[in-house]
Amino acid sequence: MPSPALARSLTDARLHVVTGKGGTGKTTVAAALALALAAQGRRVLLAEVEGRQGISQAFDVPPLGDDEVRLVTDPSGGELWGLSVDAKPALMEYLQTFYKLGRAGAALEKVGAIDFATTIAPGVRDVLLIGKVYEATGRTDGARRGQGRLVYDSVVLDAPPTGRVVRFLNVNHEVADIARVGPIRGQAESITRMLRDRSTLVHIVTLLEEMPVQESVDAIAELTAHRFGVGAVIVNLEREALLSAATRAALDDPALEERVRADLTAARVRASGPVVRGLLAEAEDHVERLLLEDEMRAEIRSQDVPVLHLPALPGGVDGGGLSVLAQALTEQGVR
Amino acid sequence: MSPTADRAMPAFDIDTLISDAHVGVVVCCGSGGVGKTTTAAALALRAAEAGRRVVVLTIDPARRLAQSLGLSELDNTPRPVQGIDAAAGGTLDAMMLDMKRTFDDVVEAHATPEKAAQILANPFYQAVSSSFAGTQEYMAMEKLGQLRAQAERTGQWDLIVVDTPPSRSALDFLDAPKRLGSFLDGRFIRLLSAPAKASGRAYLKVFSVGVNLATNTLGKILGGQMLTDVQTFVAALDTMFGGFRERADVTYALLKEDATAFVVVAAPERDALREAAYFVDRLGEERMPLAGLVVNRIQAVPAGALSAARALAAAEQLAEGSDQGSGGQAASATVELLRLHAALATTADRQRAQVSRFAAGHPGIPVVEVPAAATDIHDLQGLRSIGVALAG
Repeated sequence: MPSPALARSLTDARLHVVTGKGGTGKTTVAAALALALAAQGRRVLLAEVEGRQGISQAFDVPPLGDDEVRLVTDPSGGELWGLSVDAKPALMEYLQTFYKLGRAGAALEKVGAIDFATTIAPGVRDVLLIGKVYEATGRTDGARRGQGRLVYDSVVLDAPPTGRVVRFLNVNHEVADIARVGPIRGQAESITRMLRDRSTLVHIVTLLEEMPVQESVDAIAELTAHRFGVGAVIVNLEREALLSAATRAALDDPALEERVRADLTAARVRASGPVVRGLLAEAEDHVERLLLEDEMRAEIRSQDVPVLHLPALPGGVDGGGLSVLAQALTEQGVR
Repeated sequence: MSPTADRAMPAFDIDTLISDAHVGVVVCCGSGGVGKTTTAAALALRAAEAGRRVVVLTIDPARRLAQSLGLSELDNTPRPVQGIDAAAGGTLDAMMLDMKRTFDDVVEAHATPEKAAQILANPFYQAVSSSFAGTQEYMAMEKLGQLRAQAERTGQWDLIVVDTPPSRSALDFLDAPKRLGSFLDGRFIRLLSAPAKASGRAYLKVFSVGVNLATNTLGKILGGQMLTDVQTFVAALDTMFGGFRERADVTYALLKEDATAFVVVAAPERDALREAAYFVDRLGEERMPLAGLVVNRIQAVPAGALSAARALAAAEQLAEGSDQGSGGQAASATVELLRLHAALATTADRQRAQVSRFAAGHPGIPVVEVPAAATDIHDLQGLRSIGVALAG
């Protein structure tokens, strides 16, 4: 059941920025989100900016390069495209577009200036990476930006982790310190306008564990303080409660062990001591985790941000797992 | 099936590593979110309680874990950890890396006071020292070098345990310092400051055309101010040139010594194990000493003797029985326990398959599996229990 807050914020969203603490599965979630949007008939671009080749691995295709590659064609007519944005070609493309630098481009490369600008110059790398995503988000089939039809209905960005995401998105501020005038400054300003308006949402992936939840809460505060729109907190790998309240209560009853032993014997399972006690230990451990998860879930709900839930799949995300997650997002109102 | 049962996967015995007096540095590496910091802290605590005099350098500990180590102060200096069992004569100091402060210290140690002040005030220096993507790795490496020098000088520690920055890739710890070092000492930055110094005479004329074209273009794109800042920075840093790369090289060489042991940390997931595999391969190429692989967060299955399939079948049978009224309430609890067990066992099987795949590709590498704790670790007792699991 989609929450009204989520439905409202998703209406105008075209760029979905997905972040999260390392290890929470943000690449998988970004892929599932992109797949969910494509399965609804949209043309979607899924972009990564850290050179991890997470997208090609999630979709089991050869490593992505500078060209956008079609990953999935959905029967609904939707399409999912993938792109791994690299700073160097992005800078070359940028120089070509704005300066028509044939020879100077080569000279820049030769003296190490391209390496300098793309790896060292603080903030410049981020401007280039986001710049490419900005270009793709606003790209049209007309002769100029703003003319014709948009090429992509939605763009999903697998962004840097929560610890770095605000610095990454806050390109204008980063660049303001080092480039006070000039075209890169102008570019940074257009990008910032887009990132702060209603068309961009930042989603935060978390697990129901202490550190990721703490980082998510911090990220919500930091993103909000910098006027970025927070879309949803996406709880990944959520455990299903497999024990009813009655069974949970029965765990305190010393007679349970004997009952389990009798039931196992009735089902012709060898009810050895280790197996019976092991089953009870597993149940106690499960209850303890569920309690911790409840606590963490309450902490997330107190943030006043829509929450989406993705189940832990016993078989993992290989094979059809990604589609199951995409389906779960669609069922929760992701449009 | 325990890891020892698999011939491709010998057991990684952390106690042998800890008790080897020859080992002076343990580096814990792995991709973000796999529990590196907890592993490093647990290993350091276990070593200290076994009698080693240990210092642990953490990078970005969880708030409550940091508190349990007494790391509320961020002063970039090791502090004694309270509450450890010192019966075996060991000690434990802990610190959290402050990368900007470490960078400032390097500058202050190598420049005259006036020059240091000039560098520290430079906007470009401030940007590089606080936000360049490789700075944290470089400074972790730098701090490791400092701790090692201090240990040799004062004899206060005989084991340094290092946690590595939460990089996207574990390889960054090895590569980033070189990148920063070669940038700071590199050709382009020298060209910016003094083109004539860097190029030979005959070459100069042709080359400087390229350089001028390059600097003019960069100036246009980035704005002239930035280049001016870089040039002032480089001029001020002139005395330290060579220093940066050299320091990075010295620490890098330390990592190749026999007295260093790398512990690669992973979670039983495809991505984390792939990163671990890259790292293990790289250590092999560089002839760096790998002690073993720690796989954290393995699903524990206390009733492991019962297979998932058998548990599900039994659950079906009992459920049918209750529907017919013979089992009643009691059986429903057992049915739930069996279904829970089947889910846990399936997860554990998948994790084990992931780890086996790694082991098949990297035969002979010692592996230890650490079961997932039901709740987060944030005190010494929790770290001790991880230590016990690490010891197999």
